[in-house]
Amino acid sequence: MATIEISRLVKRYGNTAVVHGIDLAIQDGEFVVLVGPSGCGKSTTLRMIAGLEEISEGQIRIDGRVVNDLQPRDRNIAMVFQNYAIYPHVTVADNIAFGLYRSKLSKSEKRARVEQVAETLGLSQLLERRPSALSGGQRQRVAIGRAMVRDPSAFLFDEPLSNLDAQLRTQMRIEIKRLHHRLGATSVFVTHDQVEAMTMADRIVVMREGRILQVGSPLELYEKPVDVFTARFIGSPTMNLLPASLRDGRAQLSVGGSIQAPSSLATTSDILVGARPQDLSPVDAGSSGLTVSGTVAVLETLGSETLVHIEADGQTIIGSAPGRQIPKIGEPLTLHAPAERLYYFDKATEKALAIQ
Amino acid sequence: MTAAVSSQGRAMSSVKPGRIVAWTLLFIGGVIMVTPLLFMLSTSLKDASQVYDLRIIPAVPTLDNYWEILSDGRFTRWFVNSMVVAIIVTISNVFFDSLVGYTLAKFRFRGRYIVFIAILSTLMIPTEMLVLPWYLMASQFGWLDSYWGIMFPGMMTAFGTFLMKQFFEGVPDDFLEAARIDGLNEFTIWWKIALPLVTPALSALAIFTFLGNWTAFFWPLIVTTSADLYTLPVGLSSFAVEQSVQWEKIMTGASIATLPTLIIFLFLQRYIVRGVMLAGLKG
Repeated sequence: MATIEISRLVKRYGNTAVVHGIDLAIQDGEFVVLVGPSGCGKSTTLRMIAGLEEISEGQIRIDGRVVNDLQPRDRNIAMVFQNYAIYPHVTVADNIAFGLYRSKLSKSEKRARVEQVAETLGLSQLLERRPSALSGGQRQRVAIGRAMVRDPSAFLFDEPLSNLDAQLRTQMRIEIKRLHHRLGATSVFVTHDQVEAMTMADRIVVMREGRILQVGSPLELYEKPVDVFTARFIGSPTMNLLPASLRDGRAQLSVGGSIQAPSSLATTSDILVGARPQDLSPVDAGSSGLTVSGTVAVLETLGSETLVHIEADGQTIIGSAPGRQIPKIGEPLTLHAPAERLYYFDKATEKALAIQ
Repeated sequence: MTAAVSSQGRAMSSVKPGRIVAWTLLFIGGVIMVTPLLFMLSTSLKDASQVYDLRIIPAVPTLDNYWEILSDGRFTRWFVNSMVVAIIVTISNVFFDSLVGYTLAKFRFRGRYIVFIAILSTLMIPTEMLVLPWYLMASQFGWLDSYWGIMFPGMMTAFGTFLMKQFFEGVPDDFLEAARIDGLNEFTIWWKIALPLVTPALSALAIFTFLGNWTAFFWPLIVTTSADLYTLPVGLSSFAVEQSVQWEKIMTGASIATLPTLIIFLFLQRYIVRGVMLAGLKG
């Protein structure tokens, strides 16, 4: 187990910088998820922690020790790759045992360790099989086994679930989370999937274009996004953003109607009002909140609720209706969101203005 | 009954004219390929007086040629020479070509591209042009008329390096990186992880190299002078110059020489076909 400290980390390929001096401190035993769209530098950062990419500038410390110039094998970290990277020409047992390649344990001790890990991951029956005879989920478990067997100070995961189908992904998500609870090992997990980030992380690091936008617990990010990007990236379906202009302390929405703006917004005139689809419902929330009317265009029935897409003044707004109150397509519908559930952003800078 | 008729009708109509042309061409090709082999085998079963009797099935078949050749110490010696040369050159090729191919495919270093182009460009120089420099080199180092003299030009080949490089490029970097994290050193990664992943290419390379060296004639003929060091093809050709041309002996020797090739094809034809396909696709 270990802490990981990253300071002023830069990665350049030739003259192009892909990571622009990021700082991050990961606590012992913490599960941190780096999330962002492809090309945001999250994988590069992870690979620099692993030692698979050279560091152009800055410093990485694992357990207080600067590891910049250490080989991957000398960092005592384990990594799980997107395509599992388990070797097709050896058995499951041998694959897991590769994790102990440098260990000085005797052959029988190694075997015992491999069996113990296999037991933990439910692979005991498969030890003599070749990877080609395993399902995707089992392969990923073998990869995790190879990482676990060494008892590393930190686990690094590089999009390990993106090759699995939806159901298996959910299952593996829970398994990894459970494993983390049991082992308590520091983990850094890279994904582009915000659901994975939300469900697994102790803390989420949102990255974009080689910079860290926001670091916080899943709920912090959901409740208090610092900008439009994070607001739209976290939460599904994405947050509705309605352009508005401030006049006499009220925000006049371009889709019609107005709301009482918080007093802290006085300085800016053009703003975006954000409302999450889960907060926008046909239930009247009183006059102080947001009210939008439009025509129902699309319905997505999920069972517990129905996502309603309404068209208002050329803009599509997504709201949600309780499970059994399903509107009809083409009908007019009015959606309400309570005032305390709204988000405000500066239209020009896209930064958050005030969070109710 | 009606079903039988209709299914037969369908079978008839499914033979397209294109197929008939293809089969005919393949048949002609097959005959052209097989006839010399049959003729070789047939001649080896004739005595000297029947050699110019062109019947495929000998009037009086005899195994005397085989007894004579196999009891002649020279032939066994040449056979062993060929075997030694082909095996050593094959092992060396498989080792060095794949090592260099791997390095060129998986490591980024300054001058990598130039090295690759330099190796590739040697593919464009015909053997006939290289023989003179090889000979001068061999003579300068005192390698003439020795095993090493026969083997050295083929210990590593540009084609093999190129083939292996192409294949190693298909090995995902994740495998190598996972191994790096597990603590394997670079040589062990190549040996234990990368190499087993390209076995089809390796076996194809091994088969081609072995066959190429087994049948090599031109260079061994030039570099060897003592009969003890002849390889099989060179030795066999000497039957043609010593006295008169002893066709029955040459054909007997050739028939025996075909055996290893035949065995390799029988056991490894799966790999050969795959190797040819892969080489075609990738190369």
